[in-house]
Amino acid sequence: MVETKDIEYVAKLAKLKLNDSDKEKLIPQMADIINFANRISELNTEGIEETNHILNMSNVFREDEVKTSYKRDDILMNAPQKEAGCIIVPGVNN
Amino acid sequence: MEYESVIGLEIHAELSTKTKIFCSCTTEFGGDVNTHCCPICTGMPGTLPMLNKKVVEYAVKAGLAMNCTISKFSKQDRKNYFYPDLPKAYQISQYDLPLCKNGYLDIEVDGATKRIGITRIHIEEDAGKLLHNAWGNGTLVDMNRCGVPLIEIVTEPDMRSAKEAHALLEKIKTILQYIDVSDCKMQEGSLRCDVNVSIMPKGSTTFGQRTEMKNLNSFSATEKAINFEIERQKEVVEAGGKITQETRRWDDETSSSYSMRSKENAQDYRYFPEPDLLPIVLDDEYIEGIRTSLPELPDKKYARYIESYKLPEYDANLLTASKDLSEYFDKAVNLGATPKAVSNWILGDISKVLNEESITINEFKITPEKLVELISEIEKGTISNTAAKSVFEVLLTEDKTVEEIIKEKGLAQVNDESAIKEMVERVIANNQKSVEDYKKGKTNAVGYLVGQVMKESRGSANPQIINKLIVEALNNL
Amino acid sequence: MELCELTAHELGKMLRNKEITVPQIVESVYKSIELKDNDIKAYISLQKEEALKEAAEMQKRFDAGEDLPPLAGIPITIKDNICTKGIKTTCASKMLQDFVPPYDATVIEKLKAQGAIIVGKSNLDEFAMGGSTENSAFMKTRNPHNLECVPGGSSGGSAASVAANETILALGSDTGGSIRQPASLCGVVGLKPTYGTVSRFGLVAFASSLDQIGPITKDVEDAAILFNAICGHDEHDATSVSMEHPDYTKALEKGISGLKIGLPKEFFGEGINSEVKEIVLKKVEELKAKGATVEEFSIPSIDYALSIYYILASAEASSNLSRYDGVKYGYRTESADGLNELYEKTRSEGFGPEVKRRIMLGTYVLSSGYYDAYYKKALKARTLIRQEFDKAFTKYDVIIGPTSPTTAFKIGEKSENPLEMYLSDVCTVPVNIAGIPAISVPIGTDSKNLPVGMQIIGKAFDEMTILKVAYNV
Repeated sequence: MVETKDIEYVAKLAKLKLNDSDKEKLIPQMADIINFANRISELNTEGIEETNHILNMSNVFREDEVKTSYKRDDILMNAPQKEAGCIIVPGVNN
Repeated sequence: MEYESVIGLEIHAELSTKTKIFCSCTTEFGGDVNTHCCPICTGMPGTLPMLNKKVVEYAVKAGLAMNCTISKFSKQDRKNYFYPDLPKAYQISQYDLPLCKNGYLDIEVDGATKRIGITRIHIEEDAGKLLHNAWGNGTLVDMNRCGVPLIEIVTEPDMRSAKEAHALLEKIKTILQYIDVSDCKMQEGSLRCDVNVSIMPKGSTTFGQRTEMKNLNSFSATEKAINFEIERQKEVVEAGGKITQETRRWDDETSSSYSMRSKENAQDYRYFPEPDLLPIVLDDEYIEGIRTSLPELPDKKYARYIESYKLPEYDANLLTASKDLSEYFDKAVNLGATPKAVSNWILGDISKVLNEESITINEFKITPEKLVELISEIEKGTISNTAAKSVFEVLLTEDKTVEEIIKEKGLAQVNDESAIKEMVERVIANNQKSVEDYKKGKTNAVGYLVGQVMKESRGSANPQIINKLIVEALNNL
Repeated sequence: MELCELTAHELGKMLRNKEITVPQIVESVYKSIELKDNDIKAYISLQKEEALKEAAEMQKRFDAGEDLPPLAGIPITIKDNICTKGIKTTCASKMLQDFVPPYDATVIEKLKAQGAIIVGKSNLDEFAMGGSTENSAFMKTRNPHNLECVPGGSSGGSAASVAANETILALGSDTGGSIRQPASLCGVVGLKPTYGTVSRFGLVAFASSLDQIGPITKDVEDAAILFNAICGHDEHDATSVSMEHPDYTKALEKGISGLKIGLPKEFFGEGINSEVKEIVLKKVEELKAKGATVEEFSIPSIDYALSIYYILASAEASSNLSRYDGVKYGYRTESADGLNELYEKTRSEGFGPEVKRRIMLGTYVLSSGYYDAYYKKALKARTLIRQEFDKAFTKYDVIIGPTSPTTAFKIGEKSENPLEMYLSDVCTVPVNIAGIPAISVPIGTDSKNLPVGMQIIGKAFDEMTILKVAYNV
């Protein structure tokens, strides 16, 4: 069963702020969806390999050759706040 | 009670590839902020990673040099967490199937050899750099380092002292430099270390609760931090307290550590297989190809120097601790110089110059070829050791051959016995006090007299001949 | 007849016969948009000025007698989760409402190289999460066949623009049916290619192991032409397959005698509207009459496909959407006390409810203690589905069923119940899980005069066969 504390824990991990009315709405919805997802527990997957990739490929590499980087202006053109050629965020203590 | 400490290390080394791990931006250190970036390494929507071939090669090299088993099948995973230096909000790393595992390295501490297990080596991407904003209270983000390739080397908790941890770090640094996969410049952050420390009563086999310490930016800081943590844990335990699982951060300025987060706030990284990157599958041919391309590693070189060149352990140890010094040494010896003579020069006068000028042997003006010339002139008896030092001084600044300098400065050694005899007679005549001393049995008076003759000849007389003639002269008095 | 009502292959022919000009086509398309898009709301942004300039350039090249690629001078609409250099790419999210990519997606580079003309960027469910385009942060797109109905989703804007003749061609993206379901609900053709055939570089990731870009067009021939233009290996996408692609227009031949069709009973079960079922089965009968053999069979694990899909897709999405944190680009909350609050406020204000739900679900199934029961188990179950499809394709050339369990539903009808909305992906999701290709073709209308689509599923990399069957429908 999904409980309030599960939802709060997950929201914290996902960096989402939920107010009480969000939670009230979300908890039954999540419970429904998780319950539905949980149907796969009925499947017998003993001895079955996981499909990490649907393509049967491996060793896709790039050569170690330098290409010109982007202009700083293009890299920062969408930054919400910038200063001294950098993105700026609220102070990080350590 | 007496305690024993248990230490494990996690070492991050930046690989010296030309480009980043997942894009073609340069890895060069020291560019203007946010100029070594592209949409991929800055995590823009829609971009995808493409793995640099050399990263795999370098990591496998490191694995083989540290006696690891190389995984035939390995994959990359996402480690999810939010931080402003991590643009995608996940780091592409390796979780359950690292490239290399189950290796070991031997270290030497206080004359004893100890084997330290290497649990695993995996590849991952570096994060960006956070800079303090001098004008306001914000933090600035420079993404140049985002996506620089790293290997993380995880050791077994096999070390029992800070000294052993230091020795292992030195060993790893030396090896990475030997195999040319990382330049290991701690001041540029290309080698970083986290330590896990716990204590237990001496003789116990059950480890105590460990803590993790981050932000160790030099070998000496690591050693200090470990000792600090051992003492801290002892104090806690002796006061009847319990060690709690936590991550601590070392502050080198105050030489102390503080708690960053406790177990309750332990990170839940939600690792899962990276869907944008395919598995790395390596066959024997590839692995053996890299194995045969490895250079001679420090342990082997050390043994060879002692066995083949009869160098003292002390010399062999110092020479092999640096890839560049040992290469310089090898070159000189391969040109035919006597190994011990080369070693003496490198560990003596050359090291002194390197220290004084804060340069590496690669920047050192005197080539192995010239050093060999110099040594050979000494061995042939053309110049004395004293004269050789003068030649050495000139070689440091001028582009001349050893022969030219000897000629110009008139440093060629005088081997003509009759010429030396004249000087010996003169010196004896002028130093009757020393002669008296000698007669009273003070044999070290000979040394003084030899020195006087040497002075008389301006360093050019062959000291062995002087010695012989003085002893003869004194005995004939 | 207006030029905007024609197909790419018809317009191509007329351009080469000098019956029409590129500016005439482009003008016609924008005229249609001006006339209809106030009602339909297919577009988030338009590129009229640029497009007209490009049209004039392209016409010059036609006039100079250049031998131009099939898409030269043809207007195309791009789903707004595909990055276009210098053109806002919003993903229909407040989070990216002002985001301008400094680079082009690989498919956009390919289209530009062909001389196709970008009309504008089309509406979608926020970050492609949804089946009705109601989850757009900006507006709800309406179904051209009935303005009270949804166009399907998430590529609802692309499908509606094609159906309303507000464009000639469109690109969509399909993670669990987002090309095929809106194509079906809007009565147009939608192709979801084999995973790995079209580069994902520049497609804003929803679920990386399932996402694929594909054509939404007025007929099968246009789908083949557009697929020709966008498929192929890309050195920027490690999951892009390096292979020789045939000329897909060569698939467009009449005659399907000997074709073996499999009908999985799971596609004709309880949840499927009976009228839809009937119309699809009637069409299958017609194919039989043309010489195909038809057999019913079962893919038992399909019943679990939706559960598997919502675990895998949400998990990947939770990670893919973590980068929207207010730091580097996109929305940032007005004021925040410290970094953590910046993250939480930005993400809570910037994402809509459906996106948040999926991030929550995805975070949950990946979190410590639940990974094995959900994510790992779903990866194993994915293997089962793949194996069952593999087995089916040893017996059948194609697998056929409805694309959507219902025809277009009313706006607002399902938006309050997420799980019910998820069920509308029941026929399309297994295809993404198996990584195989499928095409939806319009096969008629129901009693409410709403289009019904039929889904033709092929084996991996066999787009030729499904295009051929679709062409014969």
